[in-house]
Amino acid sequence: MISLEKRPMPSRTLSMATPIIAVIITMIAGGLLFVVLGKNPFEAIRTIFWDPLLGEYAFYYRPQLLVKAAPLVLIAIGLSLGFKAGIWNIGAEGQYIIGALCGAGVGLAFYPTESILIFPAMILAGALGGWAWAMIPALLKVKFGTNEILVSLMLVYVAEQLLASMSLGLLKNPEGMGFPGSRNLNDYPSANSWINEAAGLHWGMAFAFIAVIFAYVLLNRHILGFNIRLTGEAPRAARFSGVNPTRLILFCLGTSGALAGLAGLFEVSGPSGQVSIDFNIGYGFTAIIVAFLGRLHPVGILLAGLLMALTYIGGEIAQGNLGLPSAAIQVFQGMLLFFLLALDLLTNFRIRFAARGTA
Amino acid sequence: MTAKLLSISGLTKAYPGVVANDNVSFDIGESEVHALLGENGAGKSTLVKMIYGLVKPDSGTMTWKGQPFTPAEPKAARAAGVAMVFQHFSLFDALKVSENVALGMENPPPMGDLARRIRRVSETYGLPLDPNRVVGDLSAGERQRVEIIRCLLQDPKLLIMDEPTSVLTPQEVEILFKTLNKLKAEGTSILYISHKLEEIRTLCDHATILRLGKNVGECVPAETSAREMAELMVGDTLQTPTRTTDKTGEVVLDVSGLSLEPSNPFGTRLKNIHFTVRAGEILGLGGVAGNGQDELLAALSGETLTWKDAIKVNGKEVANLGPNARRRMGILAAPEERLGHAAAPDMSLTENALLTGAIREKLTAKGFVNWSATTTFAEKVIKAFDVRTPGPHVAARALSGGNLQKFVIGREVLQRPEVLIVNQPTWGVDAAAAAAIRQALLDLAAQGAAIVVISQDLDELMEISDRFGALNEGRLSDIRPAAGLTIDEIGLMMGGAHGMEVAHVGEDA
Repeated sequence: MISLEKRPMPSRTLSMATPIIAVIITMIAGGLLFVVLGKNPFEAIRTIFWDPLLGEYAFYYRPQLLVKAAPLVLIAIGLSLGFKAGIWNIGAEGQYIIGALCGAGVGLAFYPTESILIFPAMILAGALGGWAWAMIPALLKVKFGTNEILVSLMLVYVAEQLLASMSLGLLKNPEGMGFPGSRNLNDYPSANSWINEAAGLHWGMAFAFIAVIFAYVLLNRHILGFNIRLTGEAPRAARFSGVNPTRLILFCLGTSGALAGLAGLFEVSGPSGQVSIDFNIGYGFTAIIVAFLGRLHPVGILLAGLLMALTYIGGEIAQGNLGLPSAAIQVFQGMLLFFLLALDLLTNFRIRFAARGTA
Repeated sequence: MTAKLLSISGLTKAYPGVVANDNVSFDIGESEVHALLGENGAGKSTLVKMIYGLVKPDSGTMTWKGQPFTPAEPKAARAAGVAMVFQHFSLFDALKVSENVALGMENPPPMGDLARRIRRVSETYGLPLDPNRVVGDLSAGERQRVEIIRCLLQDPKLLIMDEPTSVLTPQEVEILFKTLNKLKAEGTSILYISHKLEEIRTLCDHATILRLGKNVGECVPAETSAREMAELMVGDTLQTPTRTTDKTGEVVLDVSGLSLEPSNPFGTRLKNIHFTVRAGEILGLGGVAGNGQDELLAALSGETLTWKDAIKVNGKEVANLGPNARRRMGILAAPEERLGHAAAPDMSLTENALLTGAIREKLTAKGFVNWSATTTFAEKVIKAFDVRTPGPHVAARALSGGNLQKFVIGREVLQRPEVLIVNQPTWGVDAAAAAAIRQALLDLAAQGAAIVVISQDLDELMEISDRFGALNEGRLSDIRPAAGLTIDEIGLMMGGAHGMEVAHVGEDA
């Protein structure tokens, strides 16, 4: 008989090892899926995990990797703070859109003036936009006890409508010959986020790294980070310890909103270039997976963001080269989260196969 | 003593890392009240779980009326005639008494019949209870009666009771003992688990004493002194806490007109509470659990805020200040629930030391945590209060209840409080550690701290309090000097026997 037994202490080794085991099991289960679809599983796995890094055309894919990973990491770091405290911001996608709209709006307002101050102003506007959008569920929760999961999620759809309206109306390129979408910020030197476009480097990466370090220090060295962890693990003990739940909710939702807004701004002023109806491609939702895949740990999130970017790019190559349907790639990414959460159990429990005591 | 009902021989049960029962043997006769005595962790619960079919022994045998007895599950044990009243009730608040009883039966009769049977049993055994009341409205003593009646309806041969009096007022204990004696006279055997020695001396015919899973002695309680039994339990001579000084100073803590709505629907409303505590004084607050203890602690620790003049410390109004502001002023608290309230289960002892120690021990600078100072503080608590653990890196949940309790109390005591409020300071703690905790509280008072001890252990309160009061349905009784109070007076302060009048009305209906 198989039974689960609670460990006296969470296993540190397994908490490190489970993400790796989850990746391996995903490869096996995904491989089986590809076999059923009539593809060579080894070739498919190699295409997804190997080709973007060390394949023949890796020089082209590697910069892509950073471009995809940066917004994921930036958003996931913010989300992880709230998730650790039991505050569930599911609407990062909305905050990402609003951040992009605000940042791009500031940049476009100055067009065609060139100034070194324009980009910093855009960064500020992007962060503030995301922050303000996240404050809506935060204030509603604090004042009226609403559920932040529902409110933040619903606001994603509001943000998407706003984005459509902006790209068809207020922010539409006056010289765009009637096409929807704003001016391309890549053609506006003062308002684009590239540091070195050929190497795939933009300011979003710098901010992602800073966010990782900031979150690490906050969680491990600062009393505020301790309070965040304490609230997540034992809310009553946190109250007894003197944590103000209202302030914590405002801080966690606000920070995650601001970081998502920043990610949106860097994306719109760099890789995407313009505000268009569908410039957002679900980074805000994928970042939730990244946050959990990274164990809500800053360094883990950095690695998870890169891994997720890898499956995106590898998945695209597999779609192109092997004709895998995109749904299969999404299932593959879903498996990763599924196995990770399932294996999570092992950190706190051990499996016993022993028959129950009849001795 | 007549024929043997249940004979236990060589029962052994080991869990990973600990032998819960090691070759335990004893007999329970028919119509015998047999006490099972031992400290927390001595193996009493495991033993009765084996009798009740919840746990299978690794080795050893049980004989029931001369036949081998190996209950595979509680159902089999119940069929043989074993019934058990657990320490923690398993009742649904929103259902009626009769509905709760029906839920625990294999083949419940129609509700009308059942209500009649409940009434008949409750009259026969002097356990007043109205089958139509909703359990959520009942006191702890009445809830226990529901559990007992549920057992009695099965017509048991052996009734197991796990710490039944911990939730009762002295008057209710008296009612319970009358019932148990009546059951005994009718031929039912009772296995009575407790660590309250005086109770065992009045009630029980025989006692088996367990220590660290082993049967270390048997005695006839009526012929053995409480001290002798305690020393058998502990395996050592007992240190009785002593106080060094009787001097008390100015009023430090002044609570006046404290009223508070509960934060959850099953909480208790505090009603117009008044008391003062002087420097060097220990105020003991008794009362049956669920009469406002948690709410009062929350109001005093700062977890719940009220009108600012309801609580004054050294003349300053503090009732609208949060826990950290109060800690700065020297007001510290230790709640009853260790895991999840006083300590975070999955965090290390070092992190748990930071949980309340950050301010007074100056463990942070500009918000940054000084982890080495925090570890030192945790080690200091571990050493001073003899917390048995490999070190401060261990998670709180890995500690036994008693050890974590020592850590939780020690963490506050070592922060030199001016006012300390503790709820159930020695709950689930072994006798030696309980004595150490009480001594620490007395020493702290001797150094001039004002201390409020909320507890359900009346012996403890009588031992260490200077003055005594009792909480009853959110109200506080008059505060009286503890010396010279009789057990009857204390019982009346606690509200007498809860729900007696209501139940009598029910009988007429």
